[in-house]
Amino acid sequence: MTGASPLPLRLESVGLSRSGKNVLKDVTTTFAVDPPKTVIIGPNGAGKSLLLQVCHGLISADTGIVDWATPQNARALSRAQAMVFQRPILFRRSAVANLILALKIAGFAKSEWRDRADGALERTGLSRHAATPARSLSFGEQQRLALARALVVEPKVLFLDEPTASLDPAAAHLVESLIDEAATSGVKIIMISHDLNQTRRLADEIIFMHRGRIKERAPADQFFTRPENDLAQAFINGELLWRRRRSIFDGALVDDETCSSEDFNKS
Amino acid sequence: MDVIWQATLASFSMLMTLDDRLIEVILLSLRVSLTALVIASLIGLPIAACLAFTRFPGRKIILVSFNAMMGLPPVVVGLVVYLLLSRSGPFGVFNLLFTPTAMIIAQVVLVTPIIVSLCRESLESMRREYHDALRSLGATAAQAISVLVWDGRFTLATAHLAGFGRAIAEVGAVMIVGGNIDHVTRVMTTTIALEASKGDLVVALGLGVVLVLLSLTINFLVYGVRSLGEAKVAS
Repeated sequence: MTGASPLPLRLESVGLSRSGKNVLKDVTTTFAVDPPKTVIIGPNGAGKSLLLQVCHGLISADTGIVDWATPQNARALSRAQAMVFQRPILFRRSAVANLILALKIAGFAKSEWRDRADGALERTGLSRHAATPARSLSFGEQQRLALARALVVEPKVLFLDEPTASLDPAAAHLVESLIDEAATSGVKIIMISHDLNQTRRLADEIIFMHRGRIKERAPADQFFTRPENDLAQAFINGELLWRRRRSIFDGALVDDETCSSEDFNKS
Repeated sequence: MDVIWQATLASFSMLMTLDDRLIEVILLSLRVSLTALVIASLIGLPIAACLAFTRFPGRKIILVSFNAMMGLPPVVVGLVVYLLLSRSGPFGVFNLLFTPTAMIIAQVVLVTPIIVSLCRESLESMRREYHDALRSLGATAAQAISVLVWDGRFTLATAHLAGFGRAIAEVGAVMIVGGNIDHVTRVMTTTIALEASKGDLVVALGLGVVLVLLSLTINFLVYGVRSLGEAKVAS
């Protein structure tokens, strides 16, 4: 898609409350085209997902300003961005029909639908599943399809909310490389991850959140070697403890298989 | 026991020969109930969509009322429609009482709550699931609704079949507003009631068999639509 990137995205004193609790507090930050891949990390309940949803426009902030650089109408703005959720939300249609629907909603010419959809399926390795009902694909394939659907409309910004959280290592790796490719082709990646190894592999820049606030923002190498914030430091060091705790509380999200495969990844 | 056996045999032979009287009654039944279904759908689907997609004060009350109305006693509905359509009633001028139209009206009242409640439930759960994805893609309200209706078409169809099942099997309402007049408003269920009270068990049972077959067919259709839906869209 031609057209200027709507970045930078500027957030100023953004606040959000849910059932009486302030879940985002005074978030002021800017997302620019460069660096290409920003990864948001932090413990559960830090407000990462909500921040992403506020940025993407799925929910509106209670206070503060969310401002995209180029003054565009809402439609053009929503066309310039896409999002992949932790659990893929696919429509009850074939894989290719899922992509075609996205193209249709984004306003692409009908004559382009099929070619673009086929291209996206090929890039994500799903060509042979084009006619398969999307929801009968394996979980890894579903997430790749969700990624294909997000990318097929050629967004400038791609939000990802823990896209590999429930995938096995091989599937996670495939998704990671697709994210990398997208970044190389000029799509700004803003992604939440709970996997510090993945964060190390992917991130150019890291945002660390805790209890609704951005505690630290730094280039990836700097963040991992000498984090300024003590919480961030504890977070990195307490990795194993934190992951154990997480797997107890979020049993549904992290099953044994994922845990052991992550351990395997580390070695 | 012997009577039942003879009546069953006789009813099957009646079905085989398909006499004109029988066909007339069956066709009128289908005409009345199918028309009622179409009208109930035209009324019910928009209401279901409104209840599923919007939030307004009093919505819960409407919702519960429609749920409760799914079990309205047909006789009472028939009585109310009778009062409304009778000469002294507010719609008496239209002269509709004891016509198939009156029967259609009564069945619309019976079927609409089923369409509203079942379709609302299906649309609402689909909306909950699709909401973020549709928002994220930037779908307009009209686009979102068309996606939800299309992707939910199998459950919506199931709801309609359930509504048709209620209409075709119901006797109380059509008996009161239709009057069970031979060749005019006599349908399967009213004929069964009449013939049974007359003691003509053969005709009554013959029609009973047709009615049961019909409802079996509907149930198989429901099942077929469901499994077709599951195979096609993996819901």
